[in-house]
Amino acid sequence: MNARLATLVLRRIGAALCSLLFVVVAIFVLTAALPGDVADMLLGQNATPDATQALRHALHLDQPLWLRFVHWCGGMLQGNAGNSLLTGRPVSEMLAPRLYNSLLLAGATTLVAVPLALVLGLACATWRHTVFDRVMTVLTLGIVSVPAFLIATVSVFVFAVQFRVVPALSDIRSIHSVGQFFLTFAMPVATLASITMAQMIRMIRACMIDVFSAPYMEMAVIKGVPPIRIMLHHALPNAIGPVANAIALSLSSLLGGVVVIETIFNYPGLAQLMVDSVMSRDVPIIQACTLLFCMTYLFLTTLADIVALASVPKGRGA
Amino acid sequence: MRGGRAPYGTTGALGRRQALRLAGAGLVAATLPARAGRACAQDAQPRRGGHLNFAGLAASTADTLDPARFALATDYIRGHMFYDGLVMLDADMMPRPALAERIESDDLQTWHITLRRGVTFHDGAALDAADVVYSLARHKDPAVGSQQRVIAQEMADIKAVGPLEVRVTLHGPNADFPSMLGIVSFSIVRDGTTDFSRTNGTGPFICTEFTPGVRTSGRRNPNFWRGPAPWLDSVDMIGISDDMSRHNALLSNDVDIIASVNPRLVRLLRARGFGVMESPVGTYTDLAIRLDEGPGRSQDFVTGMKYLFNREQVRDSVFLGFARLGNDQPIPPEHRYFAADLPQRSFDPDRARFYLQRSGMMEAGVPLVCSPAALASVDIAVVLQYAAQQVGMSLPIRRMPADGYWTEYWMKTPMGFGNTNPRPSLDMTFALNFASGAPWNESHWRDPRFDQLLLAARSQRDEGARRQIYHDMQVMIHDGAGICLPAFTTSLDAFNPRVRGLAPSQAGQLMGYDFLSHVWLADAPGGAA
Repeated sequence: MNARLATLVLRRIGAALCSLLFVVVAIFVLTAALPGDVADMLLGQNATPDATQALRHALHLDQPLWLRFVHWCGGMLQGNAGNSLLTGRPVSEMLAPRLYNSLLLAGATTLVAVPLALVLGLACATWRHTVFDRVMTVLTLGIVSVPAFLIATVSVFVFAVQFRVVPALSDIRSIHSVGQFFLTFAMPVATLASITMAQMIRMIRACMIDVFSAPYMEMAVIKGVPPIRIMLHHALPNAIGPVANAIALSLSSLLGGVVVIETIFNYPGLAQLMVDSVMSRDVPIIQACTLLFCMTYLFLTTLADIVALASVPKGRGA
Repeated sequence: MRGGRAPYGTTGALGRRQALRLAGAGLVAATLPARAGRACAQDAQPRRGGHLNFAGLAASTADTLDPARFALATDYIRGHMFYDGLVMLDADMMPRPALAERIESDDLQTWHITLRRGVTFHDGAALDAADVVYSLARHKDPAVGSQQRVIAQEMADIKAVGPLEVRVTLHGPNADFPSMLGIVSFSIVRDGTTDFSRTNGTGPFICTEFTPGVRTSGRRNPNFWRGPAPWLDSVDMIGISDDMSRHNALLSNDVDIIASVNPRLVRLLRARGFGVMESPVGTYTDLAIRLDEGPGRSQDFVTGMKYLFNREQVRDSVFLGFARLGNDQPIPPEHRYFAADLPQRSFDPDRARFYLQRSGMMEAGVPLVCSPAALASVDIAVVLQYAAQQVGMSLPIRRMPADGYWTEYWMKTPMGFGNTNPRPSLDMTFALNFASGAPWNESHWRDPRFDQLLLAARSQRDEGARRQIYHDMQVMIHDGAGICLPAFTTSLDAFNPRVRGLAPSQAGQLMGYDFLSHVWLADAPGGAA
């Protein structure tokens, strides 16, 4: 890796950190703008003005916003994300098991979705405008246009209620063997993978077709290079940049953007925690979750950019 | 028994008639809690053992083990799982002794509570007076954030007067004090408890896992004072907020009981062999018209709106028949104090038009504020809007998000919907929702005579006289207050046929939230107990 590439990468990471800071401040301001605070939410319908005020004072919510933000930043710099306003437990303690669950689901989905999407995307591009391509196009467009909750609910109804082959809820405590792991994750992973794969296949197909239309590809065909070699040696290396970006964009939503799936399968992940915390105005948790989602997103897109940069011969300095 | 005090009753099973007579002045322990006996009587001999999965309506990080913060039905169920109160409410909402053996008073203002002997917490410590004093007094501390702080403030002084005796002095006489102690939030915790990430109660189950927003698990408490219950060896409780997923979980046998069945799915569940229990709880969704501002200042407008409610239509098309008609007062028809002779107000477009025209508000376009937060209020608003069109009045609907509804909109708009759960006694319903200074007086209705009657009922020992007072108060609300109450909802909860021992209760969803200590499984491994 040469100095030029290193500078590019460092600049890219710097930009990512700036976005992170912006998001954190924005979230703090936005949560403050929401109607009500955690004291209102805790007392709910049973609130009286004096009780709410007293509770607010006990939770230090009567401090000005900037002071709370400074306290929070100070804590974060020391690696302390604070305590949940609702439960009083440390944020890290509440986040850790949820993060584990979310990573498990996202990891399993990635393992299924990425190789399949790559193979199918390449196949579509190779045999473009054939019956196979048309069928795949209709399928992927169909899946992209159907909302996730419908796919999930219908598949639960068919496979869990009617045929009873998989459980309707994904209870990870019930996993004691590899078989049980597959049964428990079958439905949520299948649903999530089908949605992310559909997007990826479409994008990979488009990237590849773009590359196939280049003059040097025509040259290769005329030269008599076998199709599989054209695909792997001539087309794919030139499409890595856009393909990596397409995959990163599809995967980045797997951690925080799967509320619907988590709700339907009653899977305790980060997205559900985030929604709960917004509902109860538990700002420290909202902040920590946002930070995590934002970091994941930036990590994946930055990684894709670096892969893209590294894959360009000019960038490699070759 | 103490000398000279409250010569009511003897130990032995309390019949209902006798209990009614006692309600005003005190409670005496029954050897067998009436409800437990009744609930199981429908089925064969209960069997011991087995594991039950239950799915409630909600789970979030707001789930708590702190009784003071109990807010939702799932919290109340969790409370009954791990804790006990001094008093429990039976299927007819009558207070029965639980951890208290006796609750007595001479003047209805100073109450002597004698605790049951030999009750132990899950950690083995014996229940004593200090636990009770701590558990009750903490609700008054604002930093605790108790849901019941307003109610708890009625207790002026709480003092231990013996190892198993507590004296509570109220600010004024209140014959319904024992009922108040039946609120799950007043469950008894160990003296000095501040960490509620785990439980130490006296209840039927011992907590084995509690993860807010995910799961609550318990195993049978072998030393439960109300033995031989509970019958189940262990229990898992989760919350599935998505309607379809909750029903699917029951249909696929992933869970055995679900709360809050969608009325549209009752027939399907029954056709597939699942049971659906209908509990006549007194929860109601009402339209509150503020009498102190906007169109509600005109009595004609309020009367016109009350005639505009098509209650049968609300019951049949909004609740699909799973509701009882309301009569613009908060006491449901099955309650023992229900004013049955009060004529049912019915849909009358002609009268509605007459009163609304006289009020001059036909063209005012006052919005109806509704929200998914107030159960079924959006649908009820549509029914009302349609009726308004029939009499030539425009009634715009403003649908607000559930998030923040109670703090931002409820009781703050001239005309908006609210949702109220039944309280353990009529006194509490009237004092908290209808008296002049009441914190949740939705229509801002003020009537000094009503306040006087409320005080009179509190110090009234005579059952007949109390009945008469409560009757008159219902009439006053029906005529005077600005609330339109179309229907009382019925709680629908579904169960796998292997679950036995469930029985409907007025005290709330799923046997007053206390089903886990009553149910047993037909295929339990332990055999008949």
